[in-house]
Amino acid sequence: MAVSGAEHVPALRIRDLRKAYANGFEALKGISLEVQQGDFFALLGPNGAGKSTTIGIVCSLVDKSAGNVEVHGIDIDTDFPGAKKYIGIVPQEFNFNLFENVFDIVTNQAGYYGLPRKLACERAEKYLKALGLWDKKDVSGRMLSGGMKRRLMIARALVHEPKLLILDEPTAGVDIEMRRGMWDFLKELNAGGTTIILTTHYLEEAEALCRNIAIINHGEIVENTSIRGLLRRLHREVFIVDSADTLPMDLSLDDFTLRRVDDCTLEIEVEKGQHLNDAFAALDAQGVRVVSMRNRANRLEEMFVTLLESAA
Amino acid sequence: MTLHEQYVAFSTILRKEIRRFLRIWPQTLLPSAITMSLYFVIFGSLIGSRIGEMGGFTYMEFVVPGLIMMAIVTNSYSNVVSSFFGSKFNHSVEELLVSPTPNYVILMGYVVGGVIRGLLVALIVTCVSLFFTRLQIHSMFVVVFGVILTSVLFALAGFINAVFANSFDDISIVPTFVLTPLIYLGGVFYSLELLPDFWAAVSKLNPLVYVVNAFRYGVLGVADVSVGFAFAMLGGFAVLAFTYSMYLLNSGTRLRQ
Repeated sequence: MAVSGAEHVPALRIRDLRKAYANGFEALKGISLEVQQGDFFALLGPNGAGKSTTIGIVCSLVDKSAGNVEVHGIDIDTDFPGAKKYIGIVPQEFNFNLFENVFDIVTNQAGYYGLPRKLACERAEKYLKALGLWDKKDVSGRMLSGGMKRRLMIARALVHEPKLLILDEPTAGVDIEMRRGMWDFLKELNAGGTTIILTTHYLEEAEALCRNIAIINHGEIVENTSIRGLLRRLHREVFIVDSADTLPMDLSLDDFTLRRVDDCTLEIEVEKGQHLNDAFAALDAQGVRVVSMRNRANRLEEMFVTLLESAA
Repeated sequence: MTLHEQYVAFSTILRKEIRRFLRIWPQTLLPSAITMSLYFVIFGSLIGSRIGEMGGFTYMEFVVPGLIMMAIVTNSYSNVVSSFFGSKFNHSVEELLVSPTPNYVILMGYVVGGVIRGLLVALIVTCVSLFFTRLQIHSMFVVVFGVILTSVLFALAGFINAVFANSFDDISIVPTFVLTPLIYLGGVFYSLELLPDFWAAVSKLNPLVYVVNAFRYGVLGVADVSVGFAFAMLGGFAVLAFTYSMYLLNSGTRLRQ
């Protein structure tokens, strides 16, 4: 039975989870994964891979066909209401009543979790302020911008202060500045002890936020490891180099693959085992003065594509 | 959830429901008052004055209980069907489904919301009727019990309709093609004694006959059917509707994938 609260219990444990829809489509083919308490976990996969189905089962919006799900040690088959208290969910689609005002949307959700009205109002104020929506508290949901609607769903998911927050594509359609602000908020939340599971199409987001990752494709887990471990397995990295002067037309480096982006910018591929120092030495020998260099920020994307291709 | 937490969840749903129908009162409260006023004027005053007595009462006195009950039936039903289908349509029902609120609390919240709208409209219609006739209560117990039982039954029926509805058309089909004909043929405007034996017997298959007559008995003290039997039928249907609604919620029919 429940051993909730024990530190050694995973925040989420999924074992051999299967889902077959009435039309015969098998969305999940027996996936298993564990997310430890305090983790910031990314669940990645292409469209239709099974991410939202998995989340839907954990949150009781989708019925599983087989398998086990435990949230903080509570099996959803034996005590789903008990398990639900630990979970906050931010779905992919907007799912609040557009005609209710922001404050009511959040306090109503608190009420559904049994929070007394006074506490619900205090929590609503706390999270609406934290997410920059307090000045919109009396505004109807339909009047909010897309980014505000996403933040409203985060405030709503947090109002009962869940230990496990699940976000399904939380920054989809959100501008860069607001996305960075949301990242900072989520990092702070995670630092405070909330376990976070995130699905996203922005792999840069997973790389910036998450410690562990599972990649799902065609209803199967094709990778489940740490982000750092995954990136270590990259055989190749691409660096973007900016030159102070126009690059020589006949520029070439032994052992390195180059791609000229423009007159002053170069991409250098560095294979595993090669040293970047050698590339700089060769550039220096040809009179190229490097003024800046950065890693191309799609390392995870390359790994993601590689994994999906190898699983196909 | 503890009992107190369940009470908090219930009162949250109920408050949301009441605020919803009060916010859109021109759509939810006003139409019944206007429609019933027209019924009182046309059937009660203009035509009724030429009909004479029915069941020992003036025609106006005779139709008022049926018209009040008609308002209760349609409003209890339409409140739940439109609210719950709306929450399905905009997916806000997921707010409840992901929460630990037990299914029976969800059902009670919506049903009591429908009952309160039904009672509020009944109060408005009753006040309007006082401009046209004097109302005397024969049995307060029968009136109160009949009104509550009827509004619960039709709120549950509205919930079942909402679960199965796929579009806004689907939530108007039953009220238009089933509920309204049954109400009109349920003895609101006439006594079953006026019908030939065969049609009087057929009419007794109509559940609205029991709804109207139970209430009419409570107000006037006359009815075409036994009040005890009418309450037994209404109670039986309410238990069936509640059981089926719980089955739909527990199985997630049309709510979970």
